Amino acid sequence: MAELLRLRGLIKRFGGLVATDGVDLTVQEGEVHALIGPNGAGKTTLVHLISGALRGNAGSVFFAGEELTHAPVHERVRRGLVRSYQVTSIFTRLSALDNALLAVQAAAGSSMRFWTPVRTERAFTRDARALLMRVGLLDRAEVVAGTLAHGEQRKLEVALALAARPRLLLLDEPLAGLGPEESLHMVELIGGLAGEVTIVLVEHDMDAVFKLAHRISVLVSGRIVATGAPDEIRSDARVRQAYLGDELGSAA
Amino acid sequence: MGVQLDHPLHAAVALPLLAALIVFPFVVLAIDEPFYVVLASRILIFALVATSLNLLVGFGGMVSFGHAAFLGAGAYVVAILMQHGVASAWIAWPAAVAVAALAALAIGAVCLRTRGVYFIMITLAFAQMVYFVFVSLKAYGGDDGLSLASRSVVAPGIDLNSDTLFYYVVLAFASTGFFLFARLVNSRFGRVLQGIRENETRMEALGYAVHRYKLGAFVLAGATAGLGGALLVNQNELASPGTLSWTQSGMLLTMVILGGVGYLWGGVMGAAALLLMEELLAAYTIHWQLGLGLVLLAVVLFAPNGLATLARAAGPGGRDG
Repeated sequence: MAELLRLRGLIKRFGGLVATDGVDLTVQEGEVHALIGPNGAGKTTLVHLISGALRGNAGSVFFAGEELTHAPVHERVRRGLVRSYQVTSIFTRLSALDNALLAVQAAAGSSMRFWTPVRTERAFTRDARALLMRVGLLDRAEVVAGTLAHGEQRKLEVALALAARPRLLLLDEPLAGLGPEESLHMVELIGGLAGEVTIVLVEHDMDAVFKLAHRISVLVSGRIVATGAPDEIRSDARVRQAYLGDELGSAA
Repeated sequence: MGVQLDHPLHAAVALPLLAALIVFPFVVLAIDEPFYVVLASRILIFALVATSLNLLVGFGGMVSFGHAAFLGAGAYVVAILMQHGVASAWIAWPAAVAVAALAALAIGAVCLRTRGVYFIMITLAFAQMVYFVFVSLKAYGGDDGLSLASRSVVAPGIDLNSDTLFYYVVLAFASTGFFLFARLVNSRFGRVLQGIRENETRMEALGYAVHRYKLGAFVLAGATAGLGGALLVNQNELASPGTLSWTQSGMLLTMVILGGVGYLWGGVMGAAALLLMEELLAAYTIHWQLGLGLVLLAVVLFAPNGLATLARAAGPGGRDG
């Protein structure tokens, strides 16, 4: 397996707080790499650093052999480094289909086009509907996104990320706020994606993490304290001590 | 609560309106009321400028409180060139558009780093700077403004000093401008703008270079306002600092809000309603703005999204906007 994402000595300070404290991380092409850690460990900060929403104070980000440390969000997306949000970020006043259409259009070349109505670009509608079908929302295409159920909004969130045809998908707590039933569907959806796209999964739900991940990195106080296969992580004494404790035992 | 991204321009609405505007001068001249040609020109100019502001406010979610800067810049470019002996519309009008576009590029590049209330305040601040620059330029009239010796020169035999001919020139620009605007908001570019209005962070995460699209819209709107200024200065035969003042920016915003923020016809309807009201009420009282305030209150209460929503509810176009 080839290396797809590499973080080297990433540091991010907020005033006196060091949220990311020299993170080194390598993600292989094709794997599902879970990022776990207690609240406040700096997981979301790390997601922001990888996606480009925040710039680090030191260190570098390499993606597919290219340095993207200083690239803005939209350039990283164009190269296939795409994220979803922990707090659902969709176009709440637009229909699910229009949400998908905006996402599809983003991946279809420049939008500096001023004349042809988008409505006449049939390929967009076709691709947008295919996208909704993939996450199981096709029958909800005309519904205003803000009125969708929470679980459906989370699916739409994933659909928007998928439209960019990511090589690496950064999923920031995709199960946040989902009921048991919806969680199952989402885990199924992510499992289905795992074959085609590399995934970095930030998640608190240990059942889901151990079901989906090929490798797990444990983040504590802004540092990666361990990286390894699920079984190794489960039995790692430092990890147990730092974070997992009983939770790990119950997931085993 | 749903919002449509499509804003179809219905031929069944647009073409009869255009036809009516074409025959309008014949009708009012026949009944010997030539003043209405002048009023109609004024409404058409402001319809164009208010529509350009609606592109920013209603479609791009950028509430600019400094749009008068570009209107005034266009007006002053024509007046200043004329003072230096350049009377040709072929030079002065494109120059007005170019200067307004460059000003919008410079001002937009700074202002668009901010959002929301800060954007409102910083666009206002820039417009005020432009205002005070022109007030202090004594060579170009200062407080009193700069009057035109005559209207711009187009070609021998075509005399813009004829109000009727000038009306048709304005109509050509306003209708072409509106048609291009209607294409624009439905194009990829227009969709991106609306997406930014709805959720800018998500647009960035979808891969759009958000800043570039916002700046593009800001420059387009500024250039259009500059064209409006070139027409307005010919209409009034005077470039006055009042064209640049913050009350003018406020008036343009009022037109957009009155007509319908984010609706295709919002700028047109707002400009027409406001200027007609001004004309009607001013005939009775110099305190016409009191009446305007009451009407605005009624609109906010009964058609909170603007007059365009009333037409939408009643008109044959159904869900056009």
